[in-house]
Amino acid sequence: MPHRWSRVARSPLGLVATALLVAVAALAALGPVLWGDAAEAVDTGNILAGPSAAHWAGTDNLGRDILARVLVASRLSVVLALLAVAIAVVVGLLLGTAPFLLGRRAGRLVSAAVNTAVAFPGLLLALFFAVVFGVGETGAVLAIGLAGAPAFARLVHTLVSGVAARDFVAAARVAGVGRARILVRHVLPNIAEPLVVNATIGAGSALLSFAGLSFLGLGVQSPSFDWGRLLYDGAAALYLNPAAALAPGAAVLLAGLAFNLVGESVAKGLGIEGLGVAAAGRWVVPGGAAAPATAPDPAPAEVGEPADDVVLGVRDLAVSFPGPSGPVRPVRGVSFDVRRGEAVGIVGESGCGKSLTALAVTRLVDDDARVEATRLHLLGTDLRAAQTTADRRMLGTALAVVFQDPMTSLNPAHRIGAQLAEVATHHQGMTRGRAAARAVDRLDAVRIPDPGERARQYPHEFSGGMRQRAMIGMGLMGTPALIVADEPTTALDVTVQRQVLDLLSDVRASDAVALLLISHDVAVVGEVCDRVLVMYAGRIVEDLPAAELAGARHPYTRALVDAVPDMDTDLDEPLATIPGRPVDPADVPAGCAYAARCPLADARCRGEDPPLRADPHAPGRRVACWHAGEPLPPSRVVRADLVQSP
Amino acid sequence: MTVSVSAPPPPEVRRGEGNPWLRFGARRLARLLVSLLVLVTASFAMIHLIPGDPVRGALGPTAPAELVAARRQALGLDDPLLTQYARYLQGLLTGDLGTSLSSQLPVSDVVAQRLPATLQLAVLAFLAAVLVAIPLGVAMGVLTRRGHGRRTELAFTTGSIVVATVPDFLIGVGLVSVFGVGLGWLPGAGNDTAAAYVLPVIALAVGPAAILARIVRVEMVRVLEADFVRTARAKRLPARTIHLGHALPNAVTAALTLGGLLLGAMVAGTVLVENVFAWPGLGSTIVQSILTKDYPVVQAIVLVYGLGVLLVNTAVDIAIALLDPRSTIRED
Ligand code: SF4
Repeated sequence: MPHRWSRVARSPLGLVATALLVAVAALAALGPVLWGDAAEAVDTGNILAGPSAAHWAGTDNLGRDILARVLVASRLSVVLALLAVAIAVVVGLLLGTAPFLLGRRAGRLVSAAVNTAVAFPGLLLALFFAVVFGVGETGAVLAIGLAGAPAFARLVHTLVSGVAARDFVAAARVAGVGRARILVRHVLPNIAEPLVVNATIGAGSALLSFAGLSFLGLGVQSPSFDWGRLLYDGAAALYLNPAAALAPGAAVLLAGLAFNLVGESVAKGLGIEGLGVAAAGRWVVPGGAAAPATAPDPAPAEVGEPADDVVLGVRDLAVSFPGPSGPVRPVRGVSFDVRRGEAVGIVGESGCGKSLTALAVTRLVDDDARVEATRLHLLGTDLRAAQTTADRRMLGTALAVVFQDPMTSLNPAHRIGAQLAEVATHHQGMTRGRAAARAVDRLDAVRIPDPGERARQYPHEFSGGMRQRAMIGMGLMGTPALIVADEPTTALDVTVQRQVLDLLSDVRASDAVALLLISHDVAVVGEVCDRVLVMYAGRIVEDLPAAELAGARHPYTRALVDAVPDMDTDLDEPLATIPGRPVDPADVPAGCAYAARCPLADARCRGEDPPLRADPHAPGRRVACWHAGEPLPPSRVVRADLVQSP
Repeated sequence: MTVSVSAPPPPEVRRGEGNPWLRFGARRLARLLVSLLVLVTASFAMIHLIPGDPVRGALGPTAPAELVAARRQALGLDDPLLTQYARYLQGLLTGDLGTSLSSQLPVSDVVAQRLPATLQLAVLAFLAAVLVAIPLGVAMGVLTRRGHGRRTELAFTTGSIVVATVPDFLIGVGLVSVFGVGLGWLPGAGNDTAAAYVLPVIALAVGPAAILARIVRVEMVRVLEADFVRTARAKRLPARTIHLGHALPNAVTAALTLGGLLLGAMVAGTVLVENVFAWPGLGSTIVQSILTKDYPVVQAIVLVYGLGVLLVNTAVDIAIALLDPRSTIRED
């Protein structure tokens, strides 16, 4: 814990805030000692004077030096705020742990009361208690403390519930340890950290609230004075000497900020840990050594000039992201064509770059990615150029995209019909009425029953399969020449997967729409597509007709095909997988990327990367392997449960 | 284009029985009534929780005993507690809030006279805060979305924390010193002219606007990463439509929840700001009444503030339900 707190001191904001807080504490300790006399020195010949060399912030109605009074008031202000926050924390702890200690019934009552109280603003509660406890210091401390208690009670309740659900508490309970003992021994130590952070922020708020109450005349009473009281006096003389109000105002603000910012930066310091790991895990594996500074250039792609009927033409497509140690390239030179009406599948393990390829060719990758290609044409339009309105219209109507998760891919705040219709109003110049009618027609086309009524519903009222069909329907609002579907069935129930695949096939067949289907499932791709592109480590390693998958020549494709369960496979056994790990995009080895897992790998494979070339033994096919088609040693596929994780 | 039907789709499961909106309304109403009961009881109990005799406290230690007794009699403070409670409730239902101890006027008159100024201030400040915070938060969200504007994000986040920390009455005092006293551009007290509204509204709106803008930004950044935003991009909608039409409604739902709390806090915040600007509303009155121990007035104004907060919270819940229909079902 200490090193986590010390991290605060390293952020510039935390550093400033900590320094400020130390200064406030020092002032509170020393202020009355150093300036106590000056603050009380009456000078009737010099009342309500403005700032001068002798009195930097002027004097009050008895001629006392305001700056000295502000410095002296720091002790009372800070002490009262700390007392108030102590009351808030103690009462909050009592109320917040009550549900845990008292059991269900009584606990519910307490948390209902807390929830009701939290709904009212703190200032209102403070006024209420100020009336009950009376005007003055004591009343104000109690009022601000109790007004802050409900918020702390709720925080404690949330924290306690979180910890109480954890294993070690359950274990202690089973062992027969009493609730109070569990609370003190196991729960409270685990919530101490967030509680202290919030109490720090709470002290800042208490300081400011106290100033407010004293400013209203309900807090500290003359002859005592805190910053709020000085503000009260200063505001009365605002037109004579604004500094009399601004000086205590600045003091209370700086002190309040010191507490708040220290609390906030500690909270941020403690919170960052989780975030950092999540962000790092995305493309770059922790500990990933330097990215290949000598990243191999895209292999020469042996695809000739695109023919006339090419819908999508891609040459040397590469996608890179900025990484901690240089750019990471999950897609490293991909070239292929999709012809009119053709169904092309891209298959490979997760992380091979297939989804990113789909996003790149549809120009939907995240902004921080860098997409490069020597050619990226959709229906003759260069997608690499900045998009004009006309380009957007063409893309919006001629290209349909279906994503993996239909649960999250539709906007939860809009009706289904409206989400379809906006394609037509934006790109086809339809009126709202006509667009809505077309949306209903398209929902009907994708076999949504009762499309008129369904169009008025929200996504949460649709099942997963229906949402995916609605997504397809959305793509059919225009007249698509190409549908790009990225794992369109992975998130769906097995029974619904078939329907969605059938629908995609029917859509294609009826209108000669081309399809680019991304899937990890070689069986699905083999069934739906005409041609299959196999991707490994950001490259295409084999390009062959789906019908010829059984005669694949690349060792990786052969392993994928062999891993597909067939009629003879015992379904009770775990699915077969390919031994070894996919390549980390941040750390692509030299030579053939598959060499580490390939049974045919030899010295040449490890030294020289095989280019994707037209396969001399199989016309019309492409393969990237030095030993394409050579016989494999036996038992190259291992059951998943036998694979040792490296 | 026609698509042949190969297999009838399975019947879709529809969740829940009855109208979800009705159930939502009933649930919300029940919660409102409970809170209302707590509020009314608390404001009734207030006068009885005060240590000592509130009438003696109000009249001062030198007041003759007969006068105190007569006042207690008039206020009905000698009756059994339950009788007093029943009478209090009955009074509330008929709009009778009691009589002011200091001015002898009906409290309902005092409230009716003072309420409009406070309402104007709160509503104007809320509108100002929303009108500034949402565009600012959206713009910041778009500028600082993933992989963009690291520095902008740091500057905005730090700036908004600092601004949000400054209490409204300090902003008020600062504004009066600069624009009222120093430059003399705008009046620093009262509500007689339109110009007199400017400083109090700003003082009350700045803090909530900073908090709200922060929340809207965080929500925008989160929503801009959502899959449905990618879908909107796949539809090649203009950036404006994607940000305002698709992302904003989903970002605002979460922001509204906190916005409601802020509006509630603004209702109470008027107390301090009114006292800075000598604004003739409930806030000035309640402080005066607390100092003069005019408890019936204090009770009534606490009740009015509490009621305002409850109404705001309920309105926010309804607005959220309308914007995000899932929330009505999620609570089931
Ligand atoms: S090039 Fe070598 S290592 Fe790579 S797939 Fe072919 S045989 Fe295996």
